[in-house]
Amino acid sequence: MLKRKHLTGIAELERREIESILESAESMKEILHRDIKKVPTLRGKTIVNLFFEPSTRTRTSFEIAGKRLSADVINFSASGSSLSKGETLKDTVKNIEAMVVDAIVVRHSSEGVPHYMTTFCKASVINAGDGKHEHPTQALLDAFTIKEKKGKVEGLNVAIVGDIAHSRVARSNILALKKLKANPIVVGPPTMMPLYTDALGVERAGSVDEVLDDADVIMMLRIQKERMKSPLFPSLREYSRFFGLNAEKLKKAKPDVIVMHPGPVNWGVELSPDVMEFERNVILDQVTNGVAVRMAILYLLLST
Amino acid sequence: MRLKKLLMNKEEIERTLTRIAHEIVERNKGIKDLCLIGIRRRGDVLAERISKILEGIEGEKVPVGALDITLYRDDLSLLSSAPVVRRTHIPCDVNHKKIIIVDDVIFTGRTARAALEAIMDYGRPNLVQLAVLIDRGHRELPIHPDYVGKVIPTSKDENIIVLLEEVDGEEAVGISA
Repeated sequence: MLKRKHLTGIAELERREIESILESAESMKEILHRDIKKVPTLRGKTIVNLFFEPSTRTRTSFEIAGKRLSADVINFSASGSSLSKGETLKDTVKNIEAMVVDAIVVRHSSEGVPHYMTTFCKASVINAGDGKHEHPTQALLDAFTIKEKKGKVEGLNVAIVGDIAHSRVARSNILALKKLKANPIVVGPPTMMPLYTDALGVERAGSVDEVLDDADVIMMLRIQKERMKSPLFPSLREYSRFFGLNAEKLKKAKPDVIVMHPGPVNWGVELSPDVMEFERNVILDQVTNGVAVRMAILYLLLST
Repeated sequence: MRLKKLLMNKEEIERTLTRIAHEIVERNKGIKDLCLIGIRRRGDVLAERISKILEGIEGEKVPVGALDITLYRDDLSLLSSAPVVRRTHIPCDVNHKKIIIVDDVIFTGRTARAALEAIMDYGRPNLVQLAVLIDRGHRELPIHPDYVGKVIPTSKDENIIVLLEEVDGEEAVGISA
């Protein structure tokens, strides 16, 4: 059970709430494989996707999730809107809300926008990524995928590799994994580490090789050129050597290791193209599970 | 669980399910194309048991499924928070099958309505029948069970409790205290 109206981050969720989302998502996944992929649960509800940053996966995933539950889903993208005429965020949101909607799924480059919206929105606000802060639905779909593939989350060693400092995916995942009693280990060059990893309560490692022996799950992050103000490593080749993953390195990993990536992948940078063929690469399972998990979240937040 | 009044004990439940199984065979002239679908969280247990009895009578297995009707409920907006959705498992293609929905208690008929809608989302069965252990009256929809274990007239504020070994660790039907 989820006794809340908004979902702005993993930080606010209790373990049992995360578990009820994951449990409901299992049932939602079954719906995706029916001939008629639709249930009537959110008939008459309206969900607006309000994306101020580009996205294909998350926006489409929320759109499909809403439609599978019979909600009406409207997409709003910042380009081509009145924002370019100088309308403020608050005005934009208030105007969308005035058309009587039930939920607003928001992505924004500034941290805290979803939280700010909860201070004046009557509709449910769902965070689909805010700056470097959180991306809660990604962490939930990752936890679901880990549970599906490994049978559990508790006690697993999960290496999160890449640009930890700039990554909302990493932050939300660390919070979720810790609440589910897994052991997240962050890996990346010092320039991509947050100043205070102690505050996150996670272990650190200096290269992928150091964590290969023990990792049950390797979660690769995208090198986010758009969030980097200055180059944080000397060359892409050097980055790939120490923090990239390829088939050769994976031979040294546990035989049942799974490789994850939130997408979009920079093939040849964080992942070598030969990982595409790796049989325990679960990147596309993550995408499918994303729809199921978002259905569960929409159902739990909006159906009552 | 404290019961104010015991209505059925273990043996009575067993005999009743046996009778329902025989009625199913009689009405459908055998068990060809049958599929039992139990409504969670006790109908699926009863469906499993009826299937075992049918196997004893006809010497063949009848497929058993479990249905969670939460996503089809008409009263979600009246609840304070959304219940967790349990797994639905439909064991066969429902097209051209004879589906028997199994539940422990029929009351307003709204659960049966939701189950009908859910099953239709899987295809077009040749026919759908409804089997219940207890009919406690007070229907709010034009729905009538085909197989009834026991009719128990109740007042609206009374609560019928069905306890089954597999779920509750004990076996009884009663009115709650």
